[in-house]
Amino acid sequence: MSTVKLTVNGRAVSVDVEDRTLLVHLLRENLNLTGTHVGCDTSQCGACVVHVDGRAVKSCTMLAGQAAGSNVTTIEGLAKGGELHPMQAAFRDNHGLQCGYCTPGMIMSAVDIVHRHGGKLDEETVRHELEGNICRCTGYHNIVKAVLDAAGRMKVAQAAE
Amino acid sequence: MYETNYHRASSVPDAAATFAKGKESKFLAGGQTLLPVMKQRLAAPSDVIDLSKIQEMIGIEVSGDTVTIKAATPHYDVAQSEAVQKAIPALANLASMIGDPAVRYRGTIGGSLANNDPAADYPAAVLALGATIKTNKRAIAAGDFFKGLFSTALEDGEIITAVAFPVPAKAGYAKMRHPASRFALTGVFVARTKAGDVSAAATGASQSGVMRVPAIEQALKANWSPGALDSVTISANGLLADIHGSAEYRANLVKVMGQRAVAAAG
Amino acid sequence: MGVEGIGASVVRKEDRRFITGQGRYVDDVKMVGMSYAHFIRSPHAHAKVKGIDSAEAMKMPGVIAVLTGQQIVDDKVGNLICGWAITSKDGSPMKMGAWPAMAPETVRFVGQAVAVVIAETKNQARDAAEAVVVDYEELSAVADVKAAIKPGAAQLHPEAPGNVVYDWHLGDEAAVKDAFGKAANVVTLELTNNRLVPNAMEPRAAVAHYDQAEEHFTLYTTSQNPHVARLVLSAFYNIAPENKLRVIAPDVGGGFGSKIYIYPEEMVALWASKKVGRPVKWTGDRTEAFLTDAHGRDHVSKAEMAFDKDNKILGLRVKTYANFGAYMSLFSSAVPTYLYATLLSGQYVIPAIYAEVMGVYTNTTPVDAYRGAGRPEASYLLERMMETAARQLKVDPAELRKKNFITQFPYQTPVIMAYDIGDFNASIDAAMKAIDYAGFPARKAKAKADGKLRGIGVSCYIEACGIAPSKAVGSLGAGVGLWESAEIRVNPVGTIEVLTGTHSHGQGHETSFAQIISDRLGVPLSQVSIVHGDTDKVQFGMGTYGSRSIAVGGAAIVKAMEKVEAKAKKIAAHALEASESDIVIENGEFKVTGTDKSIALPMVALAAYTAHNLPDGMEPGLKETAFYDPTNFTFPAGAYICELEVDPGTGKTSFVNFVAADDFGRLINPMIVEGQVHGGLAQGIGQALLEGAVYDGTGQLVTASFMDYTMPRADDLPSFKLSHTTTLCPGNPLGVKGCGEAGAIGASAAVINAITDAIGNNKLEMPATPDRVWHAIHG
Repeated sequence: MSTVKLTVNGRAVSVDVEDRTLLVHLLRENLNLTGTHVGCDTSQCGACVVHVDGRAVKSCTMLAGQAAGSNVTTIEGLAKGGELHPMQAAFRDNHGLQCGYCTPGMIMSAVDIVHRHGGKLDEETVRHELEGNICRCTGYHNIVKAVLDAAGRMKVAQAAE
Repeated sequence: MYETNYHRASSVPDAAATFAKGKESKFLAGGQTLLPVMKQRLAAPSDVIDLSKIQEMIGIEVSGDTVTIKAATPHYDVAQSEAVQKAIPALANLASMIGDPAVRYRGTIGGSLANNDPAADYPAAVLALGATIKTNKRAIAAGDFFKGLFSTALEDGEIITAVAFPVPAKAGYAKMRHPASRFALTGVFVARTKAGDVSAAATGASQSGVMRVPAIEQALKANWSPGALDSVTISANGLLADIHGSAEYRANLVKVMGQRAVAAAG
Repeated sequence: MGVEGIGASVVRKEDRRFITGQGRYVDDVKMVGMSYAHFIRSPHAHAKVKGIDSAEAMKMPGVIAVLTGQQIVDDKVGNLICGWAITSKDGSPMKMGAWPAMAPETVRFVGQAVAVVIAETKNQARDAAEAVVVDYEELSAVADVKAAIKPGAAQLHPEAPGNVVYDWHLGDEAAVKDAFGKAANVVTLELTNNRLVPNAMEPRAAVAHYDQAEEHFTLYTTSQNPHVARLVLSAFYNIAPENKLRVIAPDVGGGFGSKIYIYPEEMVALWASKKVGRPVKWTGDRTEAFLTDAHGRDHVSKAEMAFDKDNKILGLRVKTYANFGAYMSLFSSAVPTYLYATLLSGQYVIPAIYAEVMGVYTNTTPVDAYRGAGRPEASYLLERMMETAARQLKVDPAELRKKNFITQFPYQTPVIMAYDIGDFNASIDAAMKAIDYAGFPARKAKAKADGKLRGIGVSCYIEACGIAPSKAVGSLGAGVGLWESAEIRVNPVGTIEVLTGTHSHGQGHETSFAQIISDRLGVPLSQVSIVHGDTDKVQFGMGTYGSRSIAVGGAAIVKAMEKVEAKAKKIAAHALEASESDIVIENGEFKVTGTDKSIALPMVALAAYTAHNLPDGMEPGLKETAFYDPTNFTFPAGAYICELEVDPGTGKTSFVNFVAADDFGRLINPMIVEGQVHGGLAQGIGQALLEGAVYDGTGQLVTASFMDYTMPRADDLPSFKLSHTTTLCPGNPLGVKGCGEAGAIGASAAVINAITDAIGNNKLEMPATPDRVWHAIHG
């Protein structure tokens, strides 16, 4: 057992967990942040993607201890003050989700994709960049549309800041 | 996962000392291979020693004709590095094709090489470029480092600290991705040194891990062009075969990826 | 149509919770005192269980109990059932092997549970499971359907000699023989329909709670049909009477058929929760999903089609071997029979059809309905046949189809189905136009000059959805009726709750169903809530599968609405002192036609509940229920055309274009319908190019994780070009047909037809991996 201290969605937390605890389990079981999901056991599906120190990583492939001292953002921390993040809004407006299970990881990865590529995204790049996130419902068609749409919205939002 | 003891090492000597204390210690770099294996309960280290926060193990240096990538540098940082893109663009390109974006943020060159998965990308570059693997104990030439599937020249407790790549005149990497795992079904890295020596290494193809491909090297030494490989035949003997690719198919891929790697190298 | 009514692409009401991480799935449920289950599963495909020693495990930290198959049998928990009785050619009933929830004596597939550990934490349960020693005596195993029926093959069940579940047939054998006798040409095709693993992204899970004082169970489960689950758990598995068992299917992360069935894990969780006196949670991991979720497809078939000298089809003969795995899952028996052979007429006039289907046990995971269920297998066989025939007869594949299309409706096929309506020329014309079919030869020539092999493939599918009527399916062996219920509660302040027996696990019912109400009453969607997935709230319903929710469930809502409106009109007429027949409903108001007199819905509702001034003899309240039993199946149909390129060096396929022209009747929410098509196409393309469950000769699943089983990723798929042609379904009040499975039914043949066209070699099985395509090109 170890005490792991980290910041989650802007809040400092301290949690006692077994050393074998994965970050995703710390989030789901200890902090009740159940928006982050587990869809596989081979680190491929991406349902568990969160941001650790600004980078989109698979929280099922990281020990809680590895995240000690880090800043973690989960899907629950993305909307600011009740206002949807442009990526969340774009997923809704473009019907980029059906069952919703892969959606949190998909959105967290997508935000990271836009951060890395800025407004220079095209369909091919988005499809390639989504290779670490599996969706069984949408055929990705509307997810790709949503990411491209959000890239535009995020550019506008950034310009406004 | 079995219960384990997690340690975050502050320095290379600290990591080595902590490793020695554990009953069955393992180093943890990016964890993108070790943690999935531990999750499946296929590995049960008593202690895992996290190398990823050791500052002296992170970063990229270019001096003269050498690119040195420190062992805990994530793939993403290698792919994005302007210095690497300028000196050995094929290496940056290879790093940008490993796993998926989330894996590239966490996975490291040192972890990839120490694990020596037969379908990993980095071993092909290390072998073809004739890189030197630097550890906390010595320097190991690429040709002496890889010892078959998941096996290397590393001794118990030895830590890769950096990999030094000589800058080639030309180099290229082409990879046919495994459709499910996204490892290399077969990947080929070709390089030509400034002295005119040619080397080619294939990953994902052989039953004994990354391998040099003499037939491709000879053909390219005579004529550095994709067309030079048209008449090359790769034997299927000793190549991997599974539901995603027969040995014959992989033999074909060694040649075709070789051609595409040369085309990419220019 | 209002802005939120039928035909409007309204964004989904349910999305906000999903995009903010507030969805509530089964694994998110926590209960006070909750314990965790971990199953001990057979590593062998076929073995005797000689003994289970849990002494060491019981000493491990946190362990509450280790429960075995013998205990569940001793407690008289019923064996798993198959709900559709199929009768063989010779009149004998299908042969059912016993399937206990945990195996007391014999395991018949890798992953079958033999015992369960209940512990304080998930990790403790898994740690202890490794200390349970199971003594197995390995038996010989068989995984391949053809191998299983050979003499000397390993035998699975004493009840089923030769591993044959049934040997069934449909159609007129003599008429087909006659047709082949007259044929100018006969085309023969042998093919495999590859086994698939559904892989909904949310693994199955269950949380079971037993209230000792009330002798009442609550089960949270990942189900597409919680009421059917309760019925089966109660009536057949003896868990508890229905009034003592509440089943809740909250947010469910995809189903695709795999969450229809009541699995051993839910049964065990319920039983164990009483046994240990604690709530029990089980959450499957992906490996368990691969090993225990019912798989789909897995047919080996031979088909022959007879043509006259004008290339008109004279007859079709099909022989299919269906691999059922080790046990007969809940609806498995119906899939390769009444959901498959009945669709073998496709979109074509085929005067005579004869199909034989042999269902076979093997030492593999049980197989049941997966998106499309039987209809993809029929469509793939027929559309590969049409393409093969066109090539053999040297005619254009689209023209051959058009020549043989059914154009007069209603049309009675020789295999039970009576198609009510359709326009197959309209959909193929739309698809051909969308892809510029005429311009293809030039594009192919240009690709060839660039060193690429380009191909085009057509697939014209028809499916039977909204499976019904209950009387008909009952006569064919179904153990349940396939109607649907709806209850509409207009609250005293005029908001509306619609309770439906269907279940949404991605389909967007909370929006589409609300649109039906909004359309009829002219009230905003925000005033309408859809309630589903809880047996304590919804009285009864059959759930969601077979593209039935809008065609059957939606029709039930309309029926209930008609009753609500009739009563509301009476109240309005009374209040407005007008004749009931003069009342019309517009924009949430009840108006007296031709006057300016009106009363708003909330006032009508309030009047119904205050009951101060109702027409004489009227009961208070405004709540109505309807049960809707369809009069026929619905028949969505369409045409898909795929254009692609093959890299001859690697065998890798790249899409150039994929067009779909579907006829789903009326669309309630076109955005949601298109999303359903996209997802179906991805699964059909996945089957064609990527996915396949592979067993080795000993019954080990080689593809038991995402490392080996290829799930479609974003960069494996194209953007799709969709269009719709419309013939309204005459059989239900909405004119709808259903859209959930179409893509998965029609897509795979289009892809394989295109690849075989590109490489000029018809011998190619699914999944057409680069390795297989390269071998097909290079021999």
